[in-house]
Amino acid sequence: MSKNSSYWSANLRVVAFCLAIWFIVSYLFGIILVEPLNNIQIGGYKLGFWFAQQGSIYVFVALIFFYARYMGKLDKEHNVHEDDE
Amino acid sequence: MSLQAMTYLVVGLTFALYIGIAVWARASTTKDFYVAGGGVHPIANGMATAADWMSAASFISMAGLIAFMGYGGSVFLMGWTGGYVLLAMLLAPYLRKFGKFTVPEFIGDRYYSKGARIVAVLCLIIASVTYVIGQMKGIGVAFSRFLEVPYDIGLLIGMAIVFIYAVMGGMKGITYTQIAQYCVLILAYTIPAIFISISLTGNPIPQLGLGSTMSGSEVFLLDRLDQVLRDLGFLEYTTNVRLSLTNMFMYTLSLMIGTAGLPHVIIRFFTVPKVKDARSSAGWALVFIAILYTTAPSVAAMARLNLINTIEPAPGEYMVYEQRPDWVKNWEATGLLAFEDKNGDGMIQYSADAATNEMVKVDRDIMVLANPEIAGLPNWVIALVAAGGLAAALSTAAGLLLAISSAISHDLLKGVFKPEITEQQELLASRVAMAGAIVLAGYLGFNPPDFAAGTVALAFGLAASSIFPALMMGIFYKRMNKEGAIAGMLVGIGVTLFYVFQHKGIMFIASTSYLGDMSENWFLGIEPNAFGAVGAMFNFAAALIVSRLTAPPPEHIQHLVEDIRVPHGSRAAIDH
Repeated sequence: MSKNSSYWSANLRVVAFCLAIWFIVSYLFGIILVEPLNNIQIGGYKLGFWFAQQGSIYVFVALIFFYARYMGKLDKEHNVHEDDE
Repeated sequence: MSLQAMTYLVVGLTFALYIGIAVWARASTTKDFYVAGGGVHPIANGMATAADWMSAASFISMAGLIAFMGYGGSVFLMGWTGGYVLLAMLLAPYLRKFGKFTVPEFIGDRYYSKGARIVAVLCLIIASVTYVIGQMKGIGVAFSRFLEVPYDIGLLIGMAIVFIYAVMGGMKGITYTQIAQYCVLILAYTIPAIFISISLTGNPIPQLGLGSTMSGSEVFLLDRLDQVLRDLGFLEYTTNVRLSLTNMFMYTLSLMIGTAGLPHVIIRFFTVPKVKDARSSAGWALVFIAILYTTAPSVAAMARLNLINTIEPAPGEYMVYEQRPDWVKNWEATGLLAFEDKNGDGMIQYSADAATNEMVKVDRDIMVLANPEIAGLPNWVIALVAAGGLAAALSTAAGLLLAISSAISHDLLKGVFKPEITEQQELLASRVAMAGAIVLAGYLGFNPPDFAAGTVALAFGLAASSIFPALMMGIFYKRMNKEGAIAGMLVGIGVTLFYVFQHKGIMFIASTSYLGDMSENWFLGIEPNAFGAVGAMFNFAAALIVSRLTAPPPEHIQHLVEDIRVPHGSRAAIDH
């Protein structure tokens, strides 16, 4: 059981890390800090507006694939992965 | 070929494809019917999930809403995509490991309670039925606009198509049809967007076109849009906040939690072979969704600009009503676009001031549908948009109908009332339940209740305030027990319904609203549609308090939770 509990706490850590980024790009950059960030211009986009309508979505996609890869490795390290056929 | 003939041809070909797939992918076991045999590749499942998730609302309505809300429309973009992050990390892999067929089944087993399972079935049915009404309406509208058949006939054709592939194939037929439907809808969405982006900015990628300068000018497209809206007296496009930032925060959070808690999306992750696949499949689903969701803001801004350019080609120079373009006449005929020459000068002035504004009605839904006509694109593109709108509505309707029918045949019949039925009997029951669900949805499509428009908020509110917290605590909090979970679900739903009803009226009958739909009375200025997240917080709080005051769950439940937390041994689980 102790083997699985270290696996579980490693999982919780990476979930917390990913959700922190999830929060930052959408709620923080896209909503809470949108006004100051809009003073920065990237091409034709105001930065806050870009995070709200484009950037946050790209980061969400990247986060899920990062998590899936990370967990794939973690499963193997803790020997809790599914049997391959 | 005329537009009408072209549309019949394109829509007819796509329907023939869906039926062909249905014949090929028949379901022969309950496992086929509920989870497509559990053998769908994660990328294929991601594509099917994307079609399942993106409804007529995403395809037809969302860009139109953003076009008129500007920055405020970001709540839909972030809210309907960010939920997949929650799904991938907090629910999908564990529910896949649990390895059963339905969401109420997990709640019933985890909380060792038939009562909890029945509460979950009720939430699921209310959320899914309210959602399916909108899809049926979308099917009827798309048929009547593009094929010029009456709304009722269009709806019947749509029901017949869904009936064939959903009743025959169950989840297996639905999954493979949804893959085809995704391809149709994404082509239909992106092709016009690419053409319009090229014509306005010269950049073929709409996501980049939105950040580019206008063709033949040094002015950025978004700056131009802000400028013309300011001149007309509207708020700037890029900084137009919806009510308040607090409201936008809560609205986004409600949509995200609601997305992660909607059963028809969750059950899609039961169809992949492994836990590992459930994680990556959520990522693929979001990739396929993001292709449309990152294009939508470009479509929105460009459609708004094109519309204004049609009415007012240059500052002070207005559209002469008698010389209006054909697409304007077509949409006027549907009643979704209307003008009134108030000052009698024969020209149309568009303004934020209601007293002088002469474009008196622009239905938000026409922005996507009229887009190819506004941009003067060839007939086959317009025909493709019709097929795309139908694909979006059909795929979501089928997914919802499966969630409803499996809750009835698997959770209520097999799980509670008649556990002794054989697999063949259950398979028959699930087909009958599916047929019944289609007839019910069709009936509601013919006679949409007055409250239909307000109910999407209810679907998300229920999913966010009841289903999501119960699932999440079931996985992440071993100490959560039956009493806590049931109390949490009831309090979550209760608070959300109370708030929605007190502002929108009991069962959405406005006269029974005792606080009125007035923003002064809103709690912290949060609109009723955005209240699901608050309901979810009440759910978590009530569940934690009650579970602390009552006995911990039995030993075997704690083992169950430990077991679903590790992927090892998942293959065995699904054959139980």
